[in-house]
Amino acid sequence: MTNTENHTVIIGAGHNGLICAAYLAKAGKKVTVLEAGEQVGGAAITREFAPDFKVSAAAHLVFLLDKHVRKELSLDSSGLSFSQRNMKTTALAADGHHLTIAGSSLQGLNISDKDRVAMKEYLRFMGKFAGVVNRLNNRIPPRVGTHNRSDWIGLAKTALNVRLLGKKDMREFLRIAGINIYDVLQENFENPLLKGALSMDGVLGTNLGPRSNNSVFCALQRLSGLQGMATPKGGMGAVSATLADVASRHGATIRTSAEVSQILLDGDHVSGIELADGEQIAASTVISSADPKTTFFELLGARNLEAGFARRVQNIRMRGNVAKLHLALDGIPEFKGLDQERLADRILIAPDIEYVERAFNQSKYGDYSIKPVAEITIPSLKDDSLAPTGQHVLSAIVQYAPYQLKAGWDSEKDVFTEKLIDLISEYAPDIRSQILHKELLTPVDIEREFRITGGHWHHGELAIDQSLMLRPVPRAAQYASPVDGLYLCGAGSHPGGGVMGSAGRNAARAVLGAKDSEDGNA
Amino acid sequence: MSQTSRQNTIERVDFSHKSHYLTKAFKSPFYSRQEPLNHLKEWGRWADYLSPAAYTCSAMEYFACRNTCTVFDLTPMTKYHISGTDALPYLNRLVTRDVSKIKPGRVGYSVWCADDGQVVDDGTIFHISEGVYRLCSQERHLDWLMTNTIGFDVSLHEETHDVAALALQGPTSCATLKRMGLEDIENMKMFDIRHFPFEGTQLMVSRTGFTGDLGYELWIDPNHAEALWDRLFEAGQLHGIKPMGDEALQMLRVEAGFIQAGHDFMPAHATVRSGYTRSPFELGLGWLVDFKKPVFNGRKALLSEKENGHRYNLVKLDIDGNKPGCDSYVFTKNKKQIGTVTSAAWSPSAKASIALASVEAPHGEPGEELLVEIYYQKELKWSRVMAKARVVKDVFWNPPRKRMTPPDDY
Amino acid sequence: MRTYPTSECNAESTTNGEPVSMKKYDAIVIGAGHNGLTNAAYLAKAGLDVLMVEKNTYVGGATASRELHKNWIYSNASYVSSLLRPEVFRSLELAKYGLQIVPYAGGNVTMSEDGDYIGSYVDPDVSRRDMARISPRDANAKVRFDRDLMRQCRFIRQFLLRTAPDPTSFKPRDLMGMLQMGKALMDLGEDVIYDMMRLYTMSISEYLDEYFEHPLIKAAKAGSGIIGSAMGVMSPGTAYVLLHHAMGDVDGTMGAWGFARGGTGAIAVAMKDCFEDHGGTLETGSGVEQILVNNGKVTGVALENGNEYQADIVVSNMTLPRTFLECMDKKDLDPEFLRRVRNFKIRGSSGKVNMALDGLPKFTALEGNPELISGDLHVVDSIERLELAYDDWKNGTWSKDPYLDILIPTLTDPTMAPPGKHFMSVFVQYVPPKVNGKDWTDAQRDQFGQTVMNQIEKYAPGFKDLVLHAEIRTPRELENEIGLTEGNIFQGELTMDQLLFNRPIPGYAQYRGPAKGLYMCGSSNHPGGGIMAAPGANAAREILRDIRKPNTVPEGWLDD
Repeated sequence: MTNTENHTVIIGAGHNGLICAAYLAKAGKKVTVLEAGEQVGGAAITREFAPDFKVSAAAHLVFLLDKHVRKELSLDSSGLSFSQRNMKTTALAADGHHLTIAGSSLQGLNISDKDRVAMKEYLRFMGKFAGVVNRLNNRIPPRVGTHNRSDWIGLAKTALNVRLLGKKDMREFLRIAGINIYDVLQENFENPLLKGALSMDGVLGTNLGPRSNNSVFCALQRLSGLQGMATPKGGMGAVSATLADVASRHGATIRTSAEVSQILLDGDHVSGIELADGEQIAASTVISSADPKTTFFELLGARNLEAGFARRVQNIRMRGNVAKLHLALDGIPEFKGLDQERLADRILIAPDIEYVERAFNQSKYGDYSIKPVAEITIPSLKDDSLAPTGQHVLSAIVQYAPYQLKAGWDSEKDVFTEKLIDLISEYAPDIRSQILHKELLTPVDIEREFRITGGHWHHGELAIDQSLMLRPVPRAAQYASPVDGLYLCGAGSHPGGGVMGSAGRNAARAVLGAKDSEDGNA
Repeated sequence: MSQTSRQNTIERVDFSHKSHYLTKAFKSPFYSRQEPLNHLKEWGRWADYLSPAAYTCSAMEYFACRNTCTVFDLTPMTKYHISGTDALPYLNRLVTRDVSKIKPGRVGYSVWCADDGQVVDDGTIFHISEGVYRLCSQERHLDWLMTNTIGFDVSLHEETHDVAALALQGPTSCATLKRMGLEDIENMKMFDIRHFPFEGTQLMVSRTGFTGDLGYELWIDPNHAEALWDRLFEAGQLHGIKPMGDEALQMLRVEAGFIQAGHDFMPAHATVRSGYTRSPFELGLGWLVDFKKPVFNGRKALLSEKENGHRYNLVKLDIDGNKPGCDSYVFTKNKKQIGTVTSAAWSPSAKASIALASVEAPHGEPGEELLVEIYYQKELKWSRVMAKARVVKDVFWNPPRKRMTPPDDY
Repeated sequence: MRTYPTSECNAESTTNGEPVSMKKYDAIVIGAGHNGLTNAAYLAKAGLDVLMVEKNTYVGGATASRELHKNWIYSNASYVSSLLRPEVFRSLELAKYGLQIVPYAGGNVTMSEDGDYIGSYVDPDVSRRDMARISPRDANAKVRFDRDLMRQCRFIRQFLLRTAPDPTSFKPRDLMGMLQMGKALMDLGEDVIYDMMRLYTMSISEYLDEYFEHPLIKAAKAGSGIIGSAMGVMSPGTAYVLLHHAMGDVDGTMGAWGFARGGTGAIAVAMKDCFEDHGGTLETGSGVEQILVNNGKVTGVALENGNEYQADIVVSNMTLPRTFLECMDKKDLDPEFLRRVRNFKIRGSSGKVNMALDGLPKFTALEGNPELISGDLHVVDSIERLELAYDDWKNGTWSKDPYLDILIPTLTDPTMAPPGKHFMSVFVQYVPPKVNGKDWTDAQRDQFGQTVMNQIEKYAPGFKDLVLHAEIRTPRELENEIGLTEGNIFQGELTMDQLLFNRPIPGYAQYRGPAKGLYMCGSSNHPGGGIMAAPGANAAREILRDIRKPNTVPEGWLDD
């Protein structure tokens, strides 16, 4: 092994790993990023799922990317570009009377004035509350119950952010932050299609139904990017490629096909890592963007942790409940009653909030939804790099599809794929005849392909009990782990998943010695 | 004993059927022998077993142990069997001491902590044969021990009810065992384990105990428990063997300076109030904490405690006068309240009122003069004394014969 | 046989058929449920001239016992007691007024379909063994579970007999209250605070997964997380409901439950006697038509029977929606306030079946075990079965495989039925306030009763033949008879948005209503439902504070 002095190894070239690397390299650290896969990006990749058909393999929309990351790493001048920005959302209705949401403007049949007014108010207060969440997201979470000055300053800042909402909004924030999106939407809206569509903000990517508490919190997380939805040009892999370029430009070394098999220790301190091929790389700091269970149990080994901590790690809930459907289409699909123009929107199948809740019901018992919900994009409409001319790719996030499927995914995967195509066919009757290739990534596939335990996109369920100073677990929530020199920087840490980058940025700040009280908010 | 009474009359502990509720406490495999000897008919409950508080008179039982030898039934002691490839690293991560130093055929006293460095329990690790261990403790720990298996290849099961055990303690204990036919018993050193054939089964003997005297603990299949008892009493007849109950044991263990969960510290896994638990340093068990080995439960917290100091000291007090210091407050000479007595006894051997006490650090250095506020009554009239007490370094009973190998023959 | 009065008090009515009006009292308390009685008793004790009005001809509200079948006394709604604050019991001298709370022997037993069970006993060793019988690890994990839950109970108990501070306020009293809360948190220590954040936001099933492995043990523990709640065992937020059921005590044994001797109504009767002994006036048999307000100040109440009374203080023990949406003129209230009241979550999810039995039913699983049958009896064996019961509720029907909390108080209490005969109280979860969006019909109510009896019959063959009389109460009956909006037993759900300073609604969590002189003392207020008497007592303390009278309400005793 070589000299360990000042060498930082980052495990995993997902977007958080790359962002962390870029910040550290920029700060003058010697950084090596080790990626097991053949390309950088982790789950943020563009993947050829059929010859000449490419698609964002997991997340397909950018709406959370931290503005600090974007600015501080000059992403926009480094080649990051979007094929679409400020996308509208179109919620499909079985009868073809769809609803389109563009900001607070609602287009569709039978939208009451009451709903139009309520939508403005809803976006106002949810935006304001998301602003509080946004500021939390750019902060290393303070510990609670300590006597450290920096923790108290961190808490005081959060309290101040909440206070600054004003008395009325503060009360509303304290009331709804812990409850469910169903109740909040029922309090505010009438239109079923609208409630169905908005409820998706609270449940996408989670093990929650609209009636489950925590779903407002998840909706606020989703809105906390304070930006519109966008599709990156070239798919999500383009974001990762840009990040890799930036990190390299700052001097970070990025190695692909370099699978870390073990984190090495010298006494209480990390000393480096070992690759699957036996190569050892010395490092004084190891930062893992792998999920916490992989990091602590597979790479470090539970035996190198104290048992109470190991129990907390074991208790992290991280069973995915989302699948990803990719279709290669021979032409532009036709949805009943939908203008061609609207096809480029974020299209939702969530016709009403009870439908979404019912879809969730089956997943509680280990079955996939009989009538799933879906978030569909057809990115090739605005990005010709993804499919041959005249042909298209459809990318759909579908749920609920539990990781621990009672019947087992081996036998059910094809059945579920057909069910999903049937579901889309209800709205686009001829789509089946246009399908050239199809691919379904179940949570089991996601676990295998992206090395995420349980196949959970967020590297751990997004819920209040797994957030902030509890994410991934207490004693590792400030990015430093109980093992000296070992840090976490992935979505399993605060503030969680989505192409946000805050975990990577906060982790870099923690490694560089930022005090919890120092604010990452510019 | 007649032949018929030698037959297997023991009831095995069994709660596999719902009707277990009809049994309010289980009888030990030695019950048929204890029952006729228990003249007082005072049965305490220890870990769901009937356990004699005293058979005849606890003072006489105490002296039998210090003068000849006594038999104490320790079957209810919780026992876990630990084996498998990772048994050693597993135990090493569990407890604070270096288990690799406990060689096969040896026993080690240990303490184990939660992550916060607070003591979960203390107990003994028996390295029965290469890679096969028995962990003995007062409290039950299956949940914590199973939690500790995450990441280790070990096999773990509770064997409390599958092993009957007796403590034979006192100066004539070796002679008794020798007379019983345990060959070369006199050459067992303290903390040694040996196995002897016994009526078609195996008798495990360890030179261990909770009395601070020469003594052995005997471990056997419960089906042979009565036979063991009978043979032991036959052999011990000439050596003054007596059965002993828990009251005498309490006096003996305080003299020997042994701590007990629930008396001298609260087990961390059962303590509700924050700050009410103790670290090994606070129990005087710092010598059991080995920072030279890598990660173990509580290591980080204990390292920090070592650096920043601990809150309490567990001390041995020699209290003036003859009043028992149970449940008393401890003060400095200036009447500042600094702690409480955790265990106390009249020491018949030292003719002294002795106690273990937990006092706030930095108090508790040997030689420090303290006051103990004692309430006592004579013929229902209550009195209070502020008795002077000294912190002493050594335990109150530590005779050379405890360690002597071979011990004196009788 | 009977030594206890039922809750009926026809004779107490002060009316003689002629409308009475314009008599002025110092205070009028609406609703003689146990919180109203507590509140009124403290006010009367402080020397106020108090009128208590009650719509029913009996006192107690949900804390009532009535003789609906000859020689049988039912605990018609609430049926066990643990949360009743001993501080209130003692300071209102309820023993003097005849109240006895007797702990019952069996803790509880959960029976599975295959004839097994998990039971808890008075003897902790036997309880532990019974767990070890099916999971040795769980039996030991229970020590950690109890420790962790007890830590949280000890924390929350400090705040029961205290008004919740308003975090948005800069008043010294609120700031002090927040500081006290902060200090109590700091006393817990870092890890216990994290455990608290998790307990308050997790589902009961996830919470239990962190301790236990056996499905029956989890099912047995999970029931407490859903009682009275429109949530499933898998819904985040239900772990707190478990805490609400564990934080009570009988004589210091936390988590223990007991019966009021003579039926639950004995509590209300004792409180009523105390109230009257302190000079209070009770008028039963007519509900409130309207709370009268003039220029933002309450002036009195108008009753349905035409009587009208004046007072500068009006205290409502009715639910939040009933008080403001049904008994007040909308013009007296701010529209924003009304919107919040309408959004108050008070969904009914429970029903009750009370039965007179000709003999003791035989539960197959219990094999005649005399201790277990004296406690709470449950019939469920997995988390999934509990969750499915909730799915039925979401779909607008009562659970086809309901969760039951069955008790036979007559095994403990000799006063409620003839010797050898029994009263059985069955609490049922889930029962919706409306069936498929429509009001309950009598036929549906009877079908619901059959569902419950069939469920018991499955576990106790021959049970149905013992039933002499049954009182079946769906949320409709609970609302119509007791006034619990939608039949919610806690007068509002116990979720994060409706606890502490959020209960019942933010800005009104200190028992004061939106008009001067208007107060709220029901379980809609902090600290919520159950026969606790804390909202009533806390509200009385606030009232006395506002009118500068010496406080007659005790502070909570310290748990150390």
